[in-house]
Amino acid sequence: MSSLLEVRDLTVRLRMDAGPREVITDSSFDIAAGESLGLVGESGSGKSMTARAIARLLPDGAQCTGSVTFDGTDVLALSGDDLRRHRALVAVVFQDPRAHINPVRRIDDFMTESLRILEDVSRNEARRRAADALAEVGIDDPAKRLRQFPHQLSGGMLQRVMIATALLSKPRLLLADECTTALDVTTQAEVMAILDDLRRTLDLAMLFITHDLELAGAVCDRTCVMYAGQVVETRSARLLHQDPLHPYSAALVQARPDIASTAERLIAIPGRPLSAFEAPAGCRFAPRCPHVQDECRAQDQPVSDLDGGQVRCRRAVELRGSLLDGAHV
Amino acid sequence: MSEQPAAAETVLSVRNLRKVFGSLVAVADMTFDLVPGRSLAIVGESGSGKTTVARMIVGLEKPTSGTIVACGRDRSRPARRGAERKLRGREVQIVFQDPYSSLDPRQSGADLVDEVLRVHHDHDAQTRKRIVGELAEVVGLDRRQMHALPKALSGGQRQRVAIARALATDPRVLILDESVAALDVSIQAQVLNVLADIRDERGISYILISHDLAVVRQLTEDAIVMQRGLVVERGLTADVLDHPQHPYTQMLRASVPGPGWKPQRTRGLLAADPRAATA
Amino acid sequence: MSIEILDPVAEVAETSPERRRFGRLGWLGWISLGIVVLALLLALLGPVLRPFDPNTGDLSFSNVGPYGSHLLGFDQQGRDVLSRLMAGARTTIFGAAFVALLSVAIGTTLAIATAWFGGKLDAGVSAGLDVLFAFPGILLAVVAAAVFGPSLLSAGLSLAIAYSPYVARVLRGAALKERSLAYIAALEVQGFGAWRLCVRHLLPNISSLIVAQGTILFGFAMVDLAAISFLGLGVQPPQADWGVMVSEGKSGLLQSYPMVSMSAVLCIVGVVAAVSFLGDRLDAASKDVRR
Repeated sequence: MSSLLEVRDLTVRLRMDAGPREVITDSSFDIAAGESLGLVGESGSGKSMTARAIARLLPDGAQCTGSVTFDGTDVLALSGDDLRRHRALVAVVFQDPRAHINPVRRIDDFMTESLRILEDVSRNEARRRAADALAEVGIDDPAKRLRQFPHQLSGGMLQRVMIATALLSKPRLLLADECTTALDVTTQAEVMAILDDLRRTLDLAMLFITHDLELAGAVCDRTCVMYAGQVVETRSARLLHQDPLHPYSAALVQARPDIASTAERLIAIPGRPLSAFEAPAGCRFAPRCPHVQDECRAQDQPVSDLDGGQVRCRRAVELRGSLLDGAHV
Repeated sequence: MSEQPAAAETVLSVRNLRKVFGSLVAVADMTFDLVPGRSLAIVGESGSGKTTVARMIVGLEKPTSGTIVACGRDRSRPARRGAERKLRGREVQIVFQDPYSSLDPRQSGADLVDEVLRVHHDHDAQTRKRIVGELAEVVGLDRRQMHALPKALSGGQRQRVAIARALATDPRVLILDESVAALDVSIQAQVLNVLADIRDERGISYILISHDLAVVRQLTEDAIVMQRGLVVERGLTADVLDHPQHPYTQMLRASVPGPGWKPQRTRGLLAADPRAATA
Repeated sequence: MSIEILDPVAEVAETSPERRRFGRLGWLGWISLGIVVLALLLALLGPVLRPFDPNTGDLSFSNVGPYGSHLLGFDQQGRDVLSRLMAGARTTIFGAAFVALLSVAIGTTLAIATAWFGGKLDAGVSAGLDVLFAFPGILLAVVAAAVFGPSLLSAGLSLAIAYSPYVARVLRGAALKERSLAYIAALEVQGFGAWRLCVRHLLPNISSLIVAQGTILFGFAMVDLAAISFLGLGVQPPQADWGVMVSEGKSGLLQSYPMVSMSAVLCIVGVVAAVSFLGDRLDAASKDVRR
């Protein structure tokens, strides 16, 4: 099955105060048409930068190596009109809608602007399409909402507007970067349901970036876990929760308190999540890993296939099935 | 929880607390007792009024009506004199949500705790230094981290400093206003463990303001659910989460992702509340 | 209420400042610092170190250019220009510094008080400042000169009062923003009083803005004081002062002898530019303390 999006050995360096800093290292994953891939990680994992690399929204001075191929096109080499078309096909929804919308323009201006530029659509036609898109995301009285300003809409509603806008250009891939994190949990459920519906009706692929492993597990087909700029595990979403292959994924699963019971103590691994440029040589998770051995620190961990997924751990096979036992640290 | 007058052993007692901002009723009628050693969660989403309740208890907001009694002393109206303010600061403390704005950027954790101690007590420098060290150990920070400026610390480390600051005056009640919400999952687990240890060792009572039901389950015995300023349900945390009675609580519970969870469009229920700004 | 998951990598990447050589000040910053230090030394020691008596002139040398050890020549009254510049540095620089410091002090106090107490105090003071805004500094100086007699002190005080509303307005915004941060609330709950919070916590955290305001006002003050002295309402002759020299040199300008005016103008411009630039660099460098 050929993939819609293929990321291979992506390495990204950002220009920072003290020089170029690596934030993503040799990361690879695929997304098939219509598939939803969750990208889960904590601070410094590089998950947001991955989305930006795919959408070509990296900060100035960023260097990328490796390849990002979208529908056969080399994304990293695009420029000019090709790049604009790419951005129409790959839509992004960010975490804070208010930061990405002009507060002094009305909603219809915001929604129709790119349509009118990209496709040379008339104002009325663009407005009609915008109203249809708003209705699809479950907004009542779209005509009224179009005439309003962003501050008149609640966070959840504004996020729905952003999703509707993202869909106007008929994208084939949606990058959702923590798009429900800033919402109330009931609104989050609503927005996730909308995204789910739309994905099915539009056959839209989605890269769903989140820190919430349980959310990814519930709404994605497969999940990728990133740590310190590397993809450490890729697996079917459901299996990742029940049977994680990488000690870090297991740590994430165990770190969350259980809503159904109170634990004596949570199983918390020491230390804090690192960025790629802070991580040591060898296995980047070694300083915090409860199953570490000397050989782990000696060399970079290769990615290997296991049980339908990929994992970056030399002990994955021997540790299989015992990672959630919790009898450590 | 009973509606009777506060029993002698309650450490915090709130009766008919109400806050109105202009025409908006932020908190309609809040009543609860906090017993030493037990922790209470106030659960709700944005606009529920839970943060306003917390701010009224610590004196950052003046109640429109109602009473608050902490450690046997009334604090329903803002303190007028410095001595009274300080005394209240020794009874109830708070840790805020955002680790990036809740510390003075120019002060290290050690300096901050030292200043708090100087304001409240007459300890000499040696004693203060000892207490700083003890608190650092309690919250799990080493000497280097305690003496570092906030900008050199991560979110989780900053929250630990904030907790150390809050504990410096040995309060009876600690309000945690979404204090772990902005932290990475693995760090959140560490901080939750620290909070559990502190409670076991010091007998502090927590009021946990949170939207995260799993954290609520982990840290509290009793829970109150708020929606738009009103208390819609209360009881033991386990009961409220396992057998929610009120439709809003049920909807909250049903919105939490977990194994087998499928997101549902819940607009029907939300629209039923006439005051709801459609979400 | 929004809960942001903070990603330090993303944040740093968004705001990475330009790399600068020669440390945080940059080479231009160091030059500015050098000029400022030189100006301060001149202000302190000028009247002592000047080669010739700035107030005694030989009319036979009136408006004569550089001659022997008189490196910058003479002014219309035959006085050595270089000596007058060195002697005048004190009144000019200290005068402007006095204005800057006083207006910043008044403005900062008003800003923090109104930001902290809000309510009626804020409304009242803001109204008063709005009235004060209407008076340009020079107008106030004219009035003060009429009432108290022309002098550097009356000119300086008038300017300081006229500048205060600007400082207060800018700093009030910053103070309000700072006051709304969680750490102030946390320390309030801790029982800290208003004085401690304002002086030991609020003030230091807006100090970079205060310094920036001070340097900007220094520049304005120097120019305004020069204008006031030009009108004869500030520094009185025969006291040397750069602004006075610009005025005194006007007859020379008409005779195609710009040395007096131009040298004074260059001194003014040089010091003002250096102070402004340095203030800007200090402000940028101090932002590293935050976050």
